[in-house]
Amino acid sequence: MIDERFDAIVVGAGMAGNAAALTMAKRGMNVLQLERGEYAGSKNVQGAILYADMMEKLIPDFREEAPLERHLVEQRFWIMDDRSHLGMQYRSDDFNEERPNRYTIIRAQFDKWFSSKVREAGATVLCETTVTDLARDDHGRVIGVRTDRRDGEIHADVVVLAEGVIGLLGTRAGLRPRPEPDKVALAVKEMHFLPRETIEARFNLEGDEGLVIEAAGTISRGMTGMGFIYANKECISLGIGCLVADFQRTGETPYGLLDHFKRHPSVAPLIAGSEVKEYSAHLIPEGGYKAIPQLYGEGWVVAGDAAQLNNAVHREGSNLAMTSGRIAAEAILEVKSRGDRMTAKNLSLYKRMLDDSFVMKDLKKYKDLPTLMHTNSQNYFLTYPQLFSRAMQNFVRVDGMPKAEKEKMTLKSFVKARSWTGLFGDAFRFARAWR
Amino acid sequence: MNAELPSMRVEDKLYYNRYLVDVGRPHVKVRAHATPSPQLLALLKACPARCYELNEKGQVEVTVDGCIECGTCRIISGPTGDIEWSYPRGGYGVLFKFG
Repeated sequence: MIDERFDAIVVGAGMAGNAAALTMAKRGMNVLQLERGEYAGSKNVQGAILYADMMEKLIPDFREEAPLERHLVEQRFWIMDDRSHLGMQYRSDDFNEERPNRYTIIRAQFDKWFSSKVREAGATVLCETTVTDLARDDHGRVIGVRTDRRDGEIHADVVVLAEGVIGLLGTRAGLRPRPEPDKVALAVKEMHFLPRETIEARFNLEGDEGLVIEAAGTISRGMTGMGFIYANKECISLGIGCLVADFQRTGETPYGLLDHFKRHPSVAPLIAGSEVKEYSAHLIPEGGYKAIPQLYGEGWVVAGDAAQLNNAVHREGSNLAMTSGRIAAEAILEVKSRGDRMTAKNLSLYKRMLDDSFVMKDLKKYKDLPTLMHTNSQNYFLTYPQLFSRAMQNFVRVDGMPKAEKEKMTLKSFVKARSWTGLFGDAFRFARAWR
Repeated sequence: MNAELPSMRVEDKLYYNRYLVDVGRPHVKVRAHATPSPQLLALLKACPARCYELNEKGQVEVTVDGCIECGTCRIISGPTGDIEWSYPRGGYGVLFKFG
């Protein structure tokens, strides 16, 4: 049993937990951080992209020593059908800047480094320790945690729940509902190793330049989902994810989907000859703004994936996690500096500060999109990709058919598949949800 | 895309991973049942590590040794209470090198 009483206990050592622990420890708070993995990072799974702006707010000179893979200079979006992809790509030399904006990273390695910074800032980081329950007083106030390592409770003024998307502690304690199958996606990923030069040649990269491919279409077989391919230094992160509710409904297997994606003629050459060194899976919060639970209470706050903070449209999650962790810590510091107690009323400052940040503003902007994508998944992920692909092929294939006839044919295929009402409806609904 | 693939060998994928198995203390348990619920049956396909299998009596069983701790089964079986789900004890379970 740890007799010491802490100012704050942080549960979890992912992006949100590390951001919160670092921010509080740097400002002199007595922080205990608990992590169930053998080291911080060993249970953490992400694509992964690191967003520099949000990282700088925590560790301004992180670029000097953090284990980064490649800085992104190119983004490709693919709409795929079974044999083709229609792509949009953006590449700019502007991204070859002194302080690049986005990097690929390998989470287990990055988080281990991040955690070393949390320790340096003075926090006590205890790994291989699973928190089993929240400790509460007679009034239901959270006063600490119980772990599987020691008998008894460890007490603190406030507990920061950065326990990740599964959120076992918070749901078990009734602080928030368990995520529903249509509000989380299951993504599976493989790490494909190749010589550095091979990766650079295949993706047209120089030095530490990096690239991201985001893909949607028939690869998800009518389910709401996306595939991704990220270039790291000496490996490629390749994965695909779909809503859990869709897996449940269709009986598709995640590994079957992944292998299908890997064999797509647009993908197979990119990973040909690679050696796979890891297979992982993770849930991703996809419910958006409407799925955000209560963020604070008597003696506790919740941040990151556990708070379902993820921008599904822009594929941003880790930056929302580290920002919410930081803001939670700043709110706690503010309450503490006023000499106030960590009551729900005082901790509501966290929610107000988060509402003022890009985190909530972005999620609010897209609040209707998750439902639209889910309820219309057949159209957006199956029908349209096929229509676009055929339209494009019709446009580029030279076969003696007069262009006017080709255009008529393409238009007809769209109307036949979706009808005029359907086409306008789809466009209108999408535009309204995006706005 | 290529023709339909034969059933995937998930076991081969799991072979890449490192685990520290907590022998005799599985972190996921299936509640005893006569006939599995649709949610429980869905886990046979949805679990990315194929931890769930049917036994000869048609009941769903779980073997957690290859579990990659994604939590999908906890989400799907949430409403039914078919499974008991905890994190593995500290330090045990899957040990990601890359994550």
